[in-house]
Amino acid sequence: MRALGTLAALAVAVLAQSASGGFEWRGAPTVDLVLVVVVYVALTGGPVAGLAAGTLGGLVQDALSTGILGMGGLAKTVVGFLAGRFGTQFIVTATVPRIVTFAAATAAHAVLFMGAYALLGLRSFPDPMTAVAIQAAGNGLAGVVCFQLSEWLPRAIERRRATRGMRVSR
Amino acid sequence: MALADIGQRPGLLLAAAVTLHVGLISAQVTTSSGRTIFHTVVFGGFSEGQRGASTVVGGVRNVWDSYFALRDVRAENEALRAELNALQVQLQAERSRAERADAYRSLLQLRARVPLETTGAEVIAAGVSPEFRTVTIDKGGSDGVAADMAVVAPSGVVGRVTQPSARASLVQLIVDRNAAAGAVIERTRVQGIVVGVGDGSLRMDFAPATGDVVAGDVVVTSGIDGLYPEGFILGTVERVARGDGLYHEIAVRPAVDFSRLEDVLVVLQRHAPAVEGVK
Repeated sequence: MRALGTLAALAVAVLAQSASGGFEWRGAPTVDLVLVVVVYVALTGGPVAGLAAGTLGGLVQDALSTGILGMGGLAKTVVGFLAGRFGTQFIVTATVPRIVTFAAATAAHAVLFMGAYALLGLRSFPDPMTAVAIQAAGNGLAGVVCFQLSEWLPRAIERRRATRGMRVSR
Repeated sequence: MALADIGQRPGLLLAAAVTLHVGLISAQVTTSSGRTIFHTVVFGGFSEGQRGASTVVGGVRNVWDSYFALRDVRAENEALRAELNALQVQLQAERSRAERADAYRSLLQLRARVPLETTGAEVIAAGVSPEFRTVTIDKGGSDGVAADMAVVAPSGVVGRVTQPSARASLVQLIVDRNAAAGAVIERTRVQGIVVGVGDGSLRMDFAPATGDVVAGDVVVTSGIDGLYPEGFILGTVERVARGDGLYHEIAVRPAVDFSRLEDVLVVLQRHAPAVEGVK
């Protein structure tokens, strides 16, 4: 059930990312929704779940892009694993720690992704710090929103069910 | 390992996933040589493995060739060396036999050429004193050998019998300082007396200074001494010098190599002194 939820979340993230045009700001993507989902799954499900989500999400992203298949997969796999490890070692429930975690995961992902491309001499990244900083902020916010939604949505559904039940009983 | 167990080993999973991705990337990215990293890494890895395997195999083969295989080679080498030594000994024996055969042939030819009764003898010992140049032969009185009999070899005059016993005889070599023989220059018939100097060489005395003698002339026995038959070679003139005005001083190189003397002929009959011009 959880795996299906992860798959669905990844699918939604991919579709939303492609539909939004990358949420670009000044030509740079402001958020990576797939990465947000991967980190979210890792923090809530552990390193194995994060690893699996990272592998799947990254490969799908790579397959739908013109890049090297596996570059994004590798970066997201490692980030998902590390985020999962981090989530099992530390309590990440407050908003700020969550933002920091998503930002750090974004930075790590950028280091791995850009580093691999730069290492192989396949691509250059002009002004990567700004782009990474913007995306870290965007991913942090998106991540917090994800957590808020995931915590608010079940309660809202429960409340609505309860309200509907009371109306029927009257 | 069950699938559930793998789920409990995230590190292993991470390693597998990373390896999968690296392999995937390597299969797509090309290097400067135009080949994919996958090919390069695989080829490089395998080539290093092959190099290592080749090194190991080469080392093992080297050890085998240098040690184990050489155990047989060493035994074979020792056998061959022993065989070589045996063959060398055999070769020396054959060469010795051949030399002896040649010497006997020469002696037989000499014997046939000399119209004298002779007997063959073998040198069985050298002189015991360096001051006296003598040899011992294996023929003595029982073989008809007597004192003052001439001893010759195919190459020339050897000496004379000085002390015969029943089965052996002592021979004074012509190079002994007390030996002498009537001699004549074969080319010009200039006469003289050849004497031993004692150092292995000969000297011709009493050759008239008016006589024609040059280096290279052959000196033969004249037969006037009653010991040596006429016409046997004594040696070759090596150097001619003006003496005290009456005679040449002539150095003669012996015809016989006394260091290699093995077989000789003893002239059994004594002969009357020949007189040059009368004969």
